[in-house]
Amino acid sequence: MDRTTGQVPPTDQALVAPPAGDPAGPVDTPPPDADPLAGRPRGTIGRLRIIGSLVVVACYVVAAVVGPILLQYDPVATDLKARLQPPGTRLPDGSLAVFGTDQVGQDVLAQMMQGARVSITVGVATLVLAGLIGVTAGLVSGYFGGWLDAVLMRLADVQLTFPSILLAIFIASILGPSVVNVVIVLSISNWVTFARVTRSQVLALKERDYVDATRTLGAGTWHLITRSILPASIAPILVVATVELGHVILAEASLSFLGLGTPASTPSWGMTIANGRDYLSNAWWISTIPGIGLAILVISFGVLGDALRDRFDPRLRSM
Amino acid sequence: MTAYLIRRTLFAVFVLWGAVTIVFLVLRLVPGDPAQLILGSDATQEEIAQLRDQMGLDRPLPVQYGKYLSDVVNLDFGDSYRYHRDAMDLVTERFPATVQLAVVATVIALLLGISLGVVAALRVNRLTDRLVSVFALLSQSMPSFWIGIVFILVFARQLHLLASGGKGGLDRMILPGITLALPFIAILIRLTRSGLLDVVHENYIQTARAKGLSERVVILRHAVRNALIPIVTVTGIEFGKLLGGAVIIETVFAWPGVGRLLIDSISARDYNVVQAAILMIAGGFVLINLVVDILYGYLDPRIRLGR
Repeated sequence: MDRTTGQVPPTDQALVAPPAGDPAGPVDTPPPDADPLAGRPRGTIGRLRIIGSLVVVACYVVAAVVGPILLQYDPVATDLKARLQPPGTRLPDGSLAVFGTDQVGQDVLAQMMQGARVSITVGVATLVLAGLIGVTAGLVSGYFGGWLDAVLMRLADVQLTFPSILLAIFIASILGPSVVNVVIVLSISNWVTFARVTRSQVLALKERDYVDATRTLGAGTWHLITRSILPASIAPILVVATVELGHVILAEASLSFLGLGTPASTPSWGMTIANGRDYLSNAWWISTIPGIGLAILVISFGVLGDALRDRFDPRLRSM
Repeated sequence: MTAYLIRRTLFAVFVLWGAVTIVFLVLRLVPGDPAQLILGSDATQEEIAQLRDQMGLDRPLPVQYGKYLSDVVNLDFGDSYRYHRDAMDLVTERFPATVQLAVVATVIALLLGISLGVVAALRVNRLTDRLVSVFALLSQSMPSFWIGIVFILVFARQLHLLASGGKGGLDRMILPGITLALPFIAILIRLTRSGLLDVVHENYIQTARAKGLSERVVILRHAVRNALIPIVTVTGIEFGKLLGGAVIIETVFAWPGVGRLLIDSISARDYNVVQAAILMIAGGFVLINLVVDILYGYLDPRIRLGR
């Protein structure tokens, strides 16, 4: 047993992720053919994937923050002279509709940037809320075990054996459309992933020598959880959060598409896409272009999550 | 095996009970009067009073819960106020259409997913493999409702090849079927590919190679079989998810299944039908999971002994 490099008893290896912040080290230069999945891009390509997807995400964030300031979007305004104009049209008021206009003469690009604001806000807020609930549940469950662990994990099992979109649709239909409600609904259907990842981290970490050492020095439960265990669990939690962010944005768009997401005053991409459905034959751009925008963002989060996971924690592939 | 069967059945019942309880709690604990919520703002005072009485809203919560449970066990969700018919009947009428769509999607996904996964594994790290991986990433990340719309635009509106919606023959099922199948195809590709690459280092594969069999025969005859075992479980779970995902796809393609009934009933605030539809889909989902668990117990004895 090579404790100098492994640092983990072999029995734990299935559960333990490499310690947080463990730099590129061995991950960067795998021995050829050691891993059955060898050829998953790592090293330089892995870094390129991370940088590339981060750049795309950054563009969206900038567009979401700055866009609505530059291109005013008023959800209730109508301009009948400018309705259903194809992309690249010069509108009567002199502005250029790069992505065309919708059925009430609104600029689609302006709507998309406003939608990016809504979608990203909802996504991040959901992750924070679901993360808080999930990580707390996972910490408590993994650290204390016992009946609390049993109850929480049974609850997680039940939720996983239930299609989450159904739960979201049902709760959203009762609560009614609002940004806050969407965040609540999506958090309820997403806490489980965080709880499971955190729990498996805690289970592995609490047996580690450094935690024992801290305990021997007289650290209390609170100190052990917040100072010893939680910091070492952060890396996998962040990886999961990145992957989940794409899923949450998709789920929000689906709810809004069904009319159960954000209200008409704060239109998100899903709603713009739904509105364009009635005009498919004469104005294809209303549905199609926001959809491409949404797909690129979700794909970027997917690529970023995959790359981060391969780099920091390949074990999470099965989650 | 009997103990395993009992354990899985009890868990299935437990999950169903959980779903029923969640539906009950959400309807009761949301701020406001549930009767008012169900009937909407144009309801008269008498109608509200009648429904309050029928739901037993003036009685204590545990009593209401008991009555609700017995109603659910008897599949009695009351009448749909839109159609003036039993809510459960409406749902069971629509259920076959949804199952049909899910079956078509599953068949498409199995055919495409497994073959693409095998192709990727045979050509690992080459261009074909990369293209298949990109395809898997795309089909997983693109919003399904948007893909559906693009399919309608391209295949129905522009090329006039396939019908865009409504119920009918197989040609009307192709577009919704593929749309619904896409995320599942992505999962199958990854599972088949990694499953194959996992077993290629096993001894029996070495033996097959040592016998002088061609790589193709080694993979197709010896490796694929073992890689297929996890696909049974995933197919079961994903089939259930397809029932849920069908809610969105049915709306896009105007497919007259339970999902579309659910969304229509939500916008009409026909909550008796909403409850019946949700619990019906959940029930189907749980039942399929149970069947898969049992099948899996037969296929792989390690599972039933392990837990």
